[in-house]
This record gives sequence, C-alpha cells and structure tokens, in this order.
Amino acid sequence: MTGDGTRPSVEARGISKAFGGVAALDAVDFEVRWSEVHALVGENGAGKTTLCNILAGIYRADAGQVLVDGAERDFRSPAHAIDAGIGMVHQHFRLVEPMTVAENIHLGWPETPGVVSQRALVDRTEQFMGEMGLHVDPTARIWQLSVGEQQRVEILRVLARGARVLILDEPTAVLTAKEADDLFRVIRELAASGLSIIFITHKLREVLAVSDRLTVLRQGVREITRPTEGATASEIARLMTGEERVLDVEHRTVTGQAALELKGVSALNDRGIEALHDLDLTVRSGEILGIAGVSGNGQSELAEVICALRPLQSGSITLDGADLASLSVRAVTDIGVGHIPEDRIGMGMVLSAPVKDNAVLHNYWTEEFSQGLTLDRQGVINFAKQLVETARVQTRSVFSTAGQMSGGNQQRLVARREALAADRLLVAAHPTRGLDVNAAQEVRSTLIDKRDSGCAVLLISDDLDEVLLMGDRIAVMYEGRIMGVFDSADADREHIGLLMGGHSAVEAAS
Amino acid sequence: MILAIIENAFLSLIGSAIPASAVVMLAATGAMLGERVGVLNLGQEGLIGIGAVYSVIAVLSWGVESPWLAMLIGMIAAAVAGLIFAVCVVAFRASQVLVGLALALGGIGLSNQLGTNRNGTPIQTLFREVNPGGILDNHDAVSAFLFHDPVVYIAYIGLPVVLWFVLFRTRHGMNMRAVGENPAAADAVGVSVTGWRIFYSVLGAALTGAGGAYMVLSFTPTWSPDIARGRGWVALAVVIFAGWRPGWAVAGALLYGSMISLDTTAQARGWGLPFMGASDLSFFLSMLPYVVTLVAILIPAGAVKLGRRVRSTAAPAALAIPYSREER
Ligand SMILES: Nc1ncnc2c1ncn2[C@@H]1O[C@H](COP(=O)(O)OP(=O)(O)O)[C@@H](O)[C@H]1O
Ligand SMILES: [Mg+2]
Repeated sequence: MTGDGTRPSVEARGISKAFGGVAALDAVDFEVRWSEVHALVGENGAGKTTLCNILAGIYRADAGQVLVDGAERDFRSPAHAIDAGIGMVHQHFRLVEPMTVAENIHLGWPETPGVVSQRALVDRTEQFMGEMGLHVDPTARIWQLSVGEQQRVEILRVLARGARVLILDEPTAVLTAKEADDLFRVIRELAASGLSIIFITHKLREVLAVSDRLTVLRQGVREITRPTEGATASEIARLMTGEERVLDVEHRTVTGQAALELKGVSALNDRGIEALHDLDLTVRSGEILGIAGVSGNGQSELAEVICALRPLQSGSITLDGADLASLSVRAVTDIGVGHIPEDRIGMGMVLSAPVKDNAVLHNYWTEEFSQGLTLDRQGVINFAKQLVETARVQTRSVFSTAGQMSGGNQQRLVARREALAADRLLVAAHPTRGLDVNAAQEVRSTLIDKRDSGCAVLLISDDLDEVLLMGDRIAVMYEGRIMGVFDSADADREHIGLLMGGHSAVEAAS
Repeated sequence: MILAIIENAFLSLIGSAIPASAVVMLAATGAMLGERVGVLNLGQEGLIGIGAVYSVIAVLSWGVESPWLAMLIGMIAAAVAGLIFAVCVVAFRASQVLVGLALALGGIGLSNQLGTNRNGTPIQTLFREVNPGGILDNHDAVSAFLFHDPVVYIAYIGLPVVLWFVLFRTRHGMNMRAVGENPAAADAVGVSVTGWRIFYSVLGAALTGAGGAYMVLSFTPTWSPDIARGRGWVALAVVIFAGWRPGWAVAGALLYGSMISLDTTAQARGWGLPFMGASDLSFFLSMLPYVVTLVAILIPAGAVKLGRRVRSTAAPAALAIPYSREER
C-alpha cells in the first residue's frame, strides 16, 4: 500500500455540486497520491469543503465519480467512505462535548466492544495513542479540552478506523503557532508512513511549508494542480483570487479630544473571574486603535463592555463625554456605536433568517423601515440589495438565508452593516479571522473608510501583522491589562511581541 | 393511635401510588427513549389513550384473554401512531412540538371516539398481583411495598435497569447518546441518525402505549374517556426531573404518582385547605406536579447561572432539533 508516491489514492472526476441552484463545484477533477500531502487551496466559498465532503460521503455529488485506489465508489453515507479508508476532520469538530475522549474515539466504531466500560475504553485509547504517538487525556471530557487537543481527538478517531486518506479541513484556523507546528510534524510523519493527506487551507505559507503538491480551486473550478516545489506564494495567490489587491494603509496621528474613554475599567469573564483589571484606554475620532495580544487576554471582554454586552465591575466608559456603560444595547447602537462581533455566527447574524432581515437587524424598528406598525418590506429589500452590492456580498438573492452564504460573505455583510450603524465608534473584534485575502482586504478598507470619515475605530485582532498594518496607534493587552500604547511610527514588532508575551515594559526595553 | 392512623394513611398512599405511578413510569421511559436520541414527543397523552383503548378493544371485542396479549396489541397501536409521528418529524423534519401536540390531541380524540360504547364496562382480563406463597399475607406494610402485578416490577426495576445498562454500558447506548447530543458527530462516524431516531421514537411510543394498556388492564380497570388524565404530560415532566437518567425516573414517577394519588384521595375524602378559604384541596394538589416540575427545571438552570456545570442532568443537546446532513 505504501506507494511510490505516484499512484493515486483518491480521484474525483468531473464532480459537480449545486446548492439551491447555485453551483458550488463545476466539473472538478482532483487527484491525490499515496504518501503525499496535498494542499487544497482557494478563497472562502471556492468549494474546498464541498469537494472534501463529497469524498467523505457527507454530501452526494450531482455528477461525477469518486475512485479509491482505482475502483469507482458510490458513497451514500459517511460510513461508506470510512469503510473505503477515507476519514475527514471537519472544520467545525464533530465531537460529543459531554462525552470523554475515549468515548468519542470509540463512537460509531464497529470494533468497539459491545459492552463497554470506561476502564476498557480508556485502556484501548491509551494503547492506540501510544501506537500513533499522539496523546490526549482519555478521561477528559471534550469541553474541557483546548481546540488543539480536540483536533487531535478527531485525528485519532479517524486513524483508529484505519483511514488511509486523511482529510483536514482548515486545521490550522483555530490553532496557535506552536500547535500548528506540531500538527505539521504529525502530517509529515503520516504521509511518510504511506497515507494520503488532503490539507485544506488558504494560508500560503503553510502550503509552501508542508505540501508536496497543491490544487487551487476558484469559484468551484479547478485552476491548477502542480508540485509545490517551485511554486511561489504570489503565484498561488493570483490563481486563488484571480486578481491581486494589496492594501496600503496611510497612518495618521490624531490629536485632540478622546471619543471613547475607559477609566479604571474592571469586568468579569463568563466564568466569574476578573478578566479586565483597572484598565484605561482612549480612542480618538478619526483614528484606528489596534489592540494587539494573544487571544484570551481580555480582548473579548473589552469589546463586550464597550458595547454594553457585559456589566462593569468598576470604572467608567464614556463616548464624547457621555456615559456608555449604563445604556442598553439598543441605546448604544442608537447613538452611533457599531460592533463587528468576534462570533459572527452567534452574535452577528441570524443564520436561519434571510439576508434582507439580517441587513436591518439593527435598525428595523427605525422610521426608515416602518410603515406605521408594520415593516416597510420594499424598503428593507432595497436597503439589503444596496448593502449586498456595496459590500460585494455573494449571495443568490437577499431572500436566501444568511446560513447559505460562505463565512467570508457573512462577515462582509456584518462588517458593512455595522460600519453603517457606526457614526461615532466602531468596535471590530477579529474582523478578518478566517477570511481569505480578498474578503479580508475589503473588510479592512471598510474600517479605513470609517476612520477617514471621522469615526473612532477600535480594532481587536490576534494577528499582529494586521494590527501593525491597520493601527494608527497600537495598544498591547496582556492578562486584562494594557501593557503599553505606541504610535504606529514607534511600534517595534519585537518589542510588542515581548509585551504580548507578558514581559513588562522595562524587561522588554532592556 | 394517631401514629397508627398516619401509618395507615401513608401505607394506603404508597400502596396506590406505586401502581398509579407505573403508568407514568412506562410513559416516562418511553419518552426518555426518544429524547435520548433527540426526538421530543409531546404526544404522550395521546399515546396512552391509544394504547389503552386498543387493549380495551382487544379484550372486549376481540375476546383476547391474556392481559399480556392485550397489552401487546395496545403497544402495537401506539407504535403505529409513533411511526407516523417519527416519519413526520425525522424524515420530513416537521416541527416536533407541533406534530407532538397534534398527536396528543388527535390521540385523545381518537381513543375517546373508539371507546364511546365501552365506557365503564369492567375488564376481567387483569394482571394479577404477585404474592409469593402467602407467607406475609395481610401485613400492610409489606403488601403496600411488595405485592403488585408483574408489570409494576417490569416498569420500576426491569426497564430502568435495562435502559441504564444499554445507555451507559454498551457501545450501542454510547452511539444513541451521541445521536441525541450531536447528530452531525454521530453521522460523521457512520451512525444512521435517521434510522435510530425513527426506531427509538417508535419503541418509545410502544412503551407509552404499554402504560395506557396497564391503566385499563390493572389500574382502573375499565375504559373511561380522557383516560390519561394528564399522566402523559406528567411523564414528560418526570423525564426532565430525572435529568434523562432512567434510575431517577423511578424516583420521579413515584413522587409524581404520590401527588396524583394524594389528589385523588383528597377529592374522594373532600379534604379542604386550612388556608385561602378553599373548601377543596384539589386545585392545589392538581397543580403540584407542575410546580415541582418548574422547580426541577429551575434547579439545574440556577446552578448554571451560578457558574456550575451540571452537564449530566442537562437535556440532550440536539433535543427537538431536526437533522439533515446537507444543511448547515
Ligand atoms: N450545505 C450548504 N448549503 C448551501 N450552500 C452551501 C452549503 N455548503 C456549501 N455551500 C455553498 O457552496 C459554496 C462553496 O462552499 P465551501 O465548499 O464551504 O467553500 P470553502 O470551503 O472553499 O470555503 C459556497 O458558496 C457556499 O455558500
Ligand atoms: Mg471551507
């Protein structure tokens, strides 16, 4: 089975798939070989996940064939694909949260003993982890694990069933740099042992670092399949996007009155532990203040206290001198504060509602959209159409549900909607997380437009490059405190990196 | 003297609460079975009616002489109703709440209709009490707790033990729980979500039907309209109270059963309420099961609020949510 690295393991021929009349894949050919790491790249919505879901028996193709080891297969359910040796680790993990690691690994597995005891499952799991050289506490429950550990459970589960073809859907999107490096090592080892690895990503650095060959998808069509050796990042980017748009941000120094002002702010996180400690911060009108920091250092709580989504323990928050903290969420929106939430699916939109309704979530009650007591349907539709157009949201129509759009398009919609609502302050939490190059650039341009029109912009991101690119001033956050604030001209990457890691200013300076 | 009276009252309460609760216990187990795989069937009240009326028909019209066979017929009838429900909500993904309510009302209506000219006809084909060798005859305390018909033992001991074992000690049960918690996860590892959901809602309906059959074959023992009298709703409450754990359902069913018995006793004896000027205690007692349910729901919810995780008693996460592989 361990191939010479040229025999195909899985082949897809002429695969097409449409959702509600919109083509997600159009006659795509795709071939993976034994012993290779094959990167599948493309922008959000290119069809990468759809293609892999077809290989894994989750979706059924409208047309085309799937061949495994040269033989045609018809997967009617994931069980068939598993039997054929194809295992997929989904972007949104498919683990049962209240169950233990050992139980999750043994779920749906015919080799699990008919009568089980926690002890036996744990023993089997430990033995198996030893063989694979991957370890997670088998007695831990899934919700207690970090995302990286959960991913390891998924990988173990797939390997336990004897998968020979391992599909990883954007596995690094949720990992820290160290976890990602560990994953790359595992991937390389598995490929060296003869497995096929399909690795979905849109981070070009990763493609170049780990893959043997790569396939680029764009808008449901295969652009190219080629060896990674000799490929350059800019070439792949061009194939992915079809065009190159680079953002050049001009920074400005704004003086004068603070628009948003936080004084001595303390707040608790969801678990009741203090997440913000006596924090001072100002954002002026017409500037972008970037918050740098490793996620989980109070950034989410910061965004939430400003937007009245989380109560203050102490301190004050004012916008142009007026108290913000005592206002209701709706009142905060009314006075011109926009919020691009970190969790766009949970907080930013109603996935089951049509795009048009999502477009007016903030202001459907205003006079603009009312006719007496009822909603001005046509007005809403027109507004949504315009929003969709200016934000370049790709959707079948404003009547299809928000859930049918890809993540990038959902984020474009939320970002533009919030930008419109924000006259005075826009709080953007990880607004480009998980977005491809183009969508990210568009969201960034939106933020810059807002700044240029005189709005105060607070940008929270765990991508330091983004903070450095966008921020007119940069504040570093660590364990709920501001470690330092810099003008973009004085911002030194290494220095900020040290502060993000919790080294005090003095240590960092020496 | 007073002690003896209290003891007597207590024993008679227990003696009637145990069989009275057996119906609730069977229906609660049936409901729990479906809910564990994510299917909420609010139609328990209707399923009890259907199970009961078909057992009555089996005995009175078809001349069935074995109570077991009569019960089986009631169970099959309820299973057919359960199958229709399951196809609607699992295969066609209709709202479980709406179809369940329709089943509750439709089942009551249908059974009343079928039962009209059998009202009050006593049923002779009864389950008999198990009384081992007459050793302890006439001892109230023992007979109140011990001497019941076999269905009682099955409902309180057999079913919970089997269900607990299957759910928590077998591969099959682990997969069942996964279907109720996260169908996408179960599906991804090859468990047929649709098949299991249909199967267990049908099996659950059959158990609830057995509860109805038991009412007419031992407890009442005759047909009367609206036979379930809220026991189906109480069963749904018991499932919540029990935190979806079979063993706790026993405690829940007994608790609720005692409340029902108390209510019946109070009505029969015309007990009044010493406060609020009410001459009739029953409004309060009838309300009691639901008040207790509210409290049972609020306790875990309150604990979450206080920052404690009470996951083991939480509802299956995918309860009442239809699943479709290609939807996201
Ligand atoms: N289950 C689904 N229902 C409706 N549309 C879908 C579904 N899955 C994917 N799509 C659509 O298909 C296209 C490709 O999506 P996807 O394969 O998720 O892209 P990628 O993984 O490359 O970001 C997108 O336009 C997306 O909106
Ligand atoms: Mg994807």
